[in-house]
Amino acid sequence: MDTLILARLQFAITTIYHFFFVPLTLGLSVLVALMETFYVRTGQDIYKRMTMFWGKLFVINFALGVVTGIVQEFQFGMNWAEYSRFVGDIFGAPLAIEALLAFFLESTFLGIWVFGWDKLSKGMHAAAIWLVAIGANISALWILVANSFMQEPVGYVLRNGRAEMNNFFDLLLNPNLTVQFPHTVLAGFTTGAFFIMGISAYHLMRKRESELFRRSFQIAATIGAISIVLVVLNGHSQAQHMIESQPMKMASAEALYNTEAPASFSILTIGDLTQRQELFSIRIPRLLCLLSYNQLECEIKGINDLQQEYAARYGPGDYIPPVAVVYWSFRIMVGAGFLMLGLSLYALFMVMGDMVGSRSKTLRLFTYAIALPYIANTAGWTLTEVGRFPWVVYGLMRVEDGVSLMVSAGNVLLSLIVFTLVYAILVVANIYLMSKYARIVPDAGKKGGSSDPAEQLPSLVGAQD
Amino acid sequence: MDLNTLWCILIAILYIGFFLLEGFDFGVGILLPFLSRDKDAKKVDLKRRVMLNTIGPHWDGNEVWLLTAGGATFAAFPEWYATLFSGFYLAFFLLLLALIVRGVAFEYRSKDENPRWRTIWDWCIFIGSLVPALLLGVAFGNLVRGVPIDASMNYVGGFLYLLNPYALLAGLSTLVTFTLYGAIFLSLKTTGELQQKAQSLAGRLWVISVILLLALLVATYLATDILARLGVNPGAVPITGMVAILLAGYLLRRKRDGWAFAMTAVSIAFSLATLFMILYPRLMISSLNPDWSLTIYNASSSPYTLRVMTIVAVIFVPIVLAYQGWSYWVFRKRIESKPQTLTY
Repeated sequence: MDTLILARLQFAITTIYHFFFVPLTLGLSVLVALMETFYVRTGQDIYKRMTMFWGKLFVINFALGVVTGIVQEFQFGMNWAEYSRFVGDIFGAPLAIEALLAFFLESTFLGIWVFGWDKLSKGMHAAAIWLVAIGANISALWILVANSFMQEPVGYVLRNGRAEMNNFFDLLLNPNLTVQFPHTVLAGFTTGAFFIMGISAYHLMRKRESELFRRSFQIAATIGAISIVLVVLNGHSQAQHMIESQPMKMASAEALYNTEAPASFSILTIGDLTQRQELFSIRIPRLLCLLSYNQLECEIKGINDLQQEYAARYGPGDYIPPVAVVYWSFRIMVGAGFLMLGLSLYALFMVMGDMVGSRSKTLRLFTYAIALPYIANTAGWTLTEVGRFPWVVYGLMRVEDGVSLMVSAGNVLLSLIVFTLVYAILVVANIYLMSKYARIVPDAGKKGGSSDPAEQLPSLVGAQD
Repeated sequence: MDLNTLWCILIAILYIGFFLLEGFDFGVGILLPFLSRDKDAKKVDLKRRVMLNTIGPHWDGNEVWLLTAGGATFAAFPEWYATLFSGFYLAFFLLLLALIVRGVAFEYRSKDENPRWRTIWDWCIFIGSLVPALLLGVAFGNLVRGVPIDASMNYVGGFLYLLNPYALLAGLSTLVTFTLYGAIFLSLKTTGELQQKAQSLAGRLWVISVILLLALLVATYLATDILARLGVNPGAVPITGMVAILLAGYLLRRKRDGWAFAMTAVSIAFSLATLFMILYPRLMISSLNPDWSLTIYNASSSPYTLRVMTIVAVIFVPIVLAYQGWSYWVFRKRIESKPQTLTY
């Protein structure tokens, strides 16, 4: 295997692994901040215990998001040195700004929040977790400024053999960013909401701490329903934007080999990847037109025509991304998204009817549904990143031109194997602690940071080994 | 002063800030197995928890100085970022690995009672602190000594090239000095037996640190082109760094731990500043041909990007300094050996 394939594999593994933890950080930080705000406002102890319970799970998850992010920042230089040289003038700035504006904020105030229960006033303590939440979400903004440049380069000029920034505000107003940032952040809120609903449902079925978890479920169901509705609507505008900015990604996501007018929407397509044609397909006529342009008449360009067009513009070469991966990741993301939409509306219906505690059979669904946002998040990024191939920066630089020249395949392989193993071990430790602390409810009156759950609730610790 | 110089200074400040802050928490991590020795396993665990809680609220924020320095390197000098990180590949791989396990270990270590669980994470903290403390010195030693960089700015030396005597001496110097720095920090932040042990260990570590730093100073005159005065004349800066570490030893004996800590910090800051002064205006010295060195001009971003970044830095660096300083103020008290008050 050569350096390119290994470096791509490493990027994929690191990114997917990193984004396994990040969405929960984005959403849960805001939800915990809301809970603590309720505590400050009402003075009710139950909200403090709620904050402490979900806050502990937040911290366990946060640690892994942070450490995998370190690799993200440095692997551009390590594995993708030529890419870094070519786009560094533009790409480095958002990464540096992310560290300065977001990383400092979230890490400093998380330290203050975790250790400062007895040292700060209630209001200041709640402000600390809000600053963590703001930091986390600002971080998402800046990394998406960087990613949006790869999807849709703007604000640059080609000079001195590289892409140089000529308008910083164009980067911030990148049309891709304006659809991608809300989608990502709202997906994070949805992840946080499903996480809370799932674990609350687990406790409600067992009639433990019913009041605490009923209220948690209510807050999460409300935020979750708003978020998932907005994610779906926003995803719709994102797809409409994609068809303009990256038509090949859209055609692949629809497995649309030949240009169609009016274009149909694929429910299931099985294609011949080498012959570039479909073998079997169930399609809804005109639906793709409706989705893409809000009208029934349109023409959507197919993969084969786009390939010819690109070859004429950029020179001979293969401009088709791995269609099966793009097609299925799109369908998995959308499928999981609609399942979440349905469940969220159902949860809201239960909350409105004050039936959360009484429907213990359907509650089980919500525990299983914790998996859904993770599936959707992973599939979504796979679609975004794999669908961009063969480009690393769309229309400007191909993936194979970005890889480091002097790094040997052996070195990349070594780091790939070791990182993957370490990630695997850490995820086991993470799941172990998560499932342990998801079962332990902190006592009232104890301080938040206490690390001895056994002292807090001896009766519930039986589950730990 | 042009923006390229300004950014060279800013990045130097970021690395110095990182050494000053994360330096002592690396030290605490390295001292974890040594200062916690006790016959009673419960007491060992309690001592370790006290040590970890001294840096608990701070280590993550301290580490962001490295991430910001890395990001700023990428933004201001992309060629430097690309050459350095792809060139010192295995060194950075080990550094990242260490930081990963260390960060998770801090959070996870005390969240389970099982002694084996805790022992494993304690090892992660120890190794995860020791490896970066050593590697950072090795990396900076190589930067100032010069490494084989070809005409197209690619490092062509391999990993073993980095392990030359000068760079290893620099690595040992950072390792021992950070450990000393951590010991003094612990004597400021703990009470009772732990405080006494930290104080007496600091006295012993100081001797080794002074010997190493003196050797490094002499070796720097021999192994680098400092005497050619290609960069800025460091003048009295290296000597001041030496005087500061000597003063730290005197202050340690007088039990003036706060001042000893400050003097150790001055010594670390001035040593790293010396290094950047020798380098300037170069960022990475090519040992093959002086013309192939990366400089603040041939490795830099465009003037426009540097302007944008300058505005961002001018606004936000003071804000960061203010709230990070405040967080140290909030947690200024010593950590008591009472289990119920410990978070980690």
